[in-house]
Amino acid sequence: MSNCISIPMNPWNHDVAKDEKDLVDVQIDGVWLQMPRGLNVVEAAHRAKKFIPHYCYHPKLSVVGNCRMCLFEMGTPKMGPDRKPILGADGKPEIAWMPRPQIGCATGITPGMGIRTDSPLVKDCRNGVMEFLLINHPLDCTICDQAGECKLQEFSVEYGTGESRFVENKVKKPKNVDLGERIVLDDERCILCSRCVRFSSEVTKDNVLGFVNRGSYSTLTAYPGKRFDNDYSLNTVDICPVGALTSKDFRFQMRVWFLKESKSICTSCGTGCNVTIGSREGKVHRLTPRENEAVNSAWMCDYGRLNFHYLEDKERLQNPLTKAAGEHFPAPWGDALNRAAEGLRKVQPSEIAVVASARMTNEELFVLKRWMDELGVTLVDTVNRPEQGDQFLRSADGNPNTRGAELLGLSHGGRKLSTWGGEIAAGRMKALLVLGGEDVVAAGIPAACLAQLEILIASAILPNATTRVAHVILPGAGFAEKSGSMVNVHGRLQRFSRSIAPPGQAREEWMILRDLREIVTGGNSLHSIEDIWKSMATVIPVFAGLSWGKIGDQGVDLTHSLPAEATAK
Amino acid sequence: MSVPLHAGTESCVGAEKGEITPVLEKQADELVSRYPISKRSAVLPLLHLWQETFGYIGPRGVEWIARKLSLQEIQVLELVTFYPWFRQQPYGKFHFRVCRTLPCALGGSGKTFAALQKLMNLKADGHEGAMISEDGRFSLEYSECLASCGTAPVVLRNDEFYEKVDEKRATELVAGCQ
Ligand code: SF4
Ligand code: SF4
Ligand code: FES
Ligand code: FES
Repeated sequence: MSNCISIPMNPWNHDVAKDEKDLVDVQIDGVWLQMPRGLNVVEAAHRAKKFIPHYCYHPKLSVVGNCRMCLFEMGTPKMGPDRKPILGADGKPEIAWMPRPQIGCATGITPGMGIRTDSPLVKDCRNGVMEFLLINHPLDCTICDQAGECKLQEFSVEYGTGESRFVENKVKKPKNVDLGERIVLDDERCILCSRCVRFSSEVTKDNVLGFVNRGSYSTLTAYPGKRFDNDYSLNTVDICPVGALTSKDFRFQMRVWFLKESKSICTSCGTGCNVTIGSREGKVHRLTPRENEAVNSAWMCDYGRLNFHYLEDKERLQNPLTKAAGEHFPAPWGDALNRAAEGLRKVQPSEIAVVASARMTNEELFVLKRWMDELGVTLVDTVNRPEQGDQFLRSADGNPNTRGAELLGLSHGGRKLSTWGGEIAAGRMKALLVLGGEDVVAAGIPAACLAQLEILIASAILPNATTRVAHVILPGAGFAEKSGSMVNVHGRLQRFSRSIAPPGQAREEWMILRDLREIVTGGNSLHSIEDIWKSMATVIPVFAGLSWGKIGDQGVDLTHSLPAEATAK
Repeated sequence: MSVPLHAGTESCVGAEKGEITPVLEKQADELVSRYPISKRSAVLPLLHLWQETFGYIGPRGVEWIARKLSLQEIQVLELVTFYPWFRQQPYGKFHFRVCRTLPCALGGSGKTFAALQKLMNLKADGHEGAMISEDGRFSLEYSECLASCGTAPVVLRNDEFYEKVDEKRATELVAGCQ
């Protein structure tokens, strides 16, 4: 395993074999294959492109074997009197099939094992399990958020009968239970798989969930007076196979089949959890974790998950703005950029300083760097964003791309920035670009001081104290509205792709910087993210040999090529 | 079946009264010491101990046991609610259990139950949890098979076992409560 694993090693990880090289022969639905010894049967079937339906089994949680959906037919090699397997005509062991089905999730494969995932017996079992599971189910799919991605629905269609023989009264259970800050529980929908209970005891270890009562009255609950509130609680909404646990934020907002999904990463801290953005008609509706064992496994924190609503903030900057007579007026892009260029031309390159942002992508930073080099601007820094962090995923670095900014030589850890207030006051610094929505007022340069600048250019997606006094405001794009890559705190290069369009005239910042560069220095290249990568790969040693395409959906570990001082922290 | 519990909605009942004496602590520690491999296995013995001492298991007992065994409260509450033997509210001084599983039901345990209910002056229907008389003297509930089907209907009065309890015998049992 690479050293960029950021999360504590999961003791379960059933989808990862203990030794991928120690292979044994197994027969899956009549076909002999080689699989790692001891591999979980559900996973072995999966690798053989067979599907064993399951509810309680989750590759990242302990096995409890309580739902019985994963029943399969199992066989072992017939043994001769010499205690050696009897071989058939094909030279493979003959298999003695057990009369009773076994649960796949709690069975590891052994040499010569036979597995049947689609025999009549198996089909019968699944059918029976489905019938039982639906006995007390309220069947409120029409108003259930899970509809469309519900395992109960899917397996009913696939393995159920489509009708119920149950004529008795269903057990009534609590609905609309306020389980915690961000979660609502519908107990009637719960199939008692205990995934959420195990998550809270094994992953977050706060252990507030459990089942009270028994039999058909078994009810998921938090201990009276306790709340299911930890910062990872929403992961249980993802792993709940049915619509029992729902997110207050997403509940009743959108049918999941309308969501367009795109692969992205969370940019709310330095970990960069891999996510899927679900959007529809230009609006982001939810983020869900996307599995990446090297970063976030199957989880993400609630803070990062819900930190996207600012994209639809009413205050969003939608037009370039230029200041005239103390007021901001909308301007076409050309005018705003010309005004910015004009302001920059009037001062010496040594009088220009740039506040880059460790929230910007490598691509944005690279275009910026190009432009600065061409013009001879050397004063640049980023704003630090120290956070509490936790022992799990949340990083103590609130910036998603500190490592990238360092690699590109645009960050000095805020040390330079701290002196700039004095430089401006002394009249030595006359132009300031504040990019990526940073707010230098909050970072310690008073607005009155900024007022002394000949030109202040700010790019941002929301107004802040810096944009308020800027001469030119360039509206940028949020993480879901642009494409780019970042390097997380563990040195993993990851990319994300645009999911929705930025509002109004707002644009991806690399485009803004590209156009500004063209006006200011005449530099005319880097027309696409791929272009930028071609160039970056030749200029930045760590990126050598990489391209936009090669980053892939799981990212690339750079720790082996990172400069020593950057790896040291 | 008891009512499902939910965070922030209803808590079980008030805390059990009475002191946690050094003797109780010692008894508990002795029980825990019987499970050197997994302390968690001592939950059931401790629940029995608590119920025998205080009459029922409320939040105070759940929390005390959880602390003793380094468990979360919910892990103890799960068991309290799972086993009908454990109760979350005080019962009467004389607690009657009437078997209602098929042999006893056929043997007339319904009539026995109704007779007891009338004698004890209990109002609710008795199918969900125990009924307690206002003066706290009697309580009554159904139970599942008490393992003496051949002498149905059978009744447990506190820890004493009675066979072939018809209406007449039921009257005697109540009268015998001193
Ligand atoms: S709420 Fe969902 S995850 Fe939790 S036990 Fe019920 S079905 Fe399983
Ligand atoms: S841990 Fe960091 S990267 Fe992961 S979801 Fe939370 S804020 Fe986002
Ligand atoms: S998945 Fe195997 S028993 Fe639930
Ligand atoms: S049915 Fe009543 S004792 Fe068995």
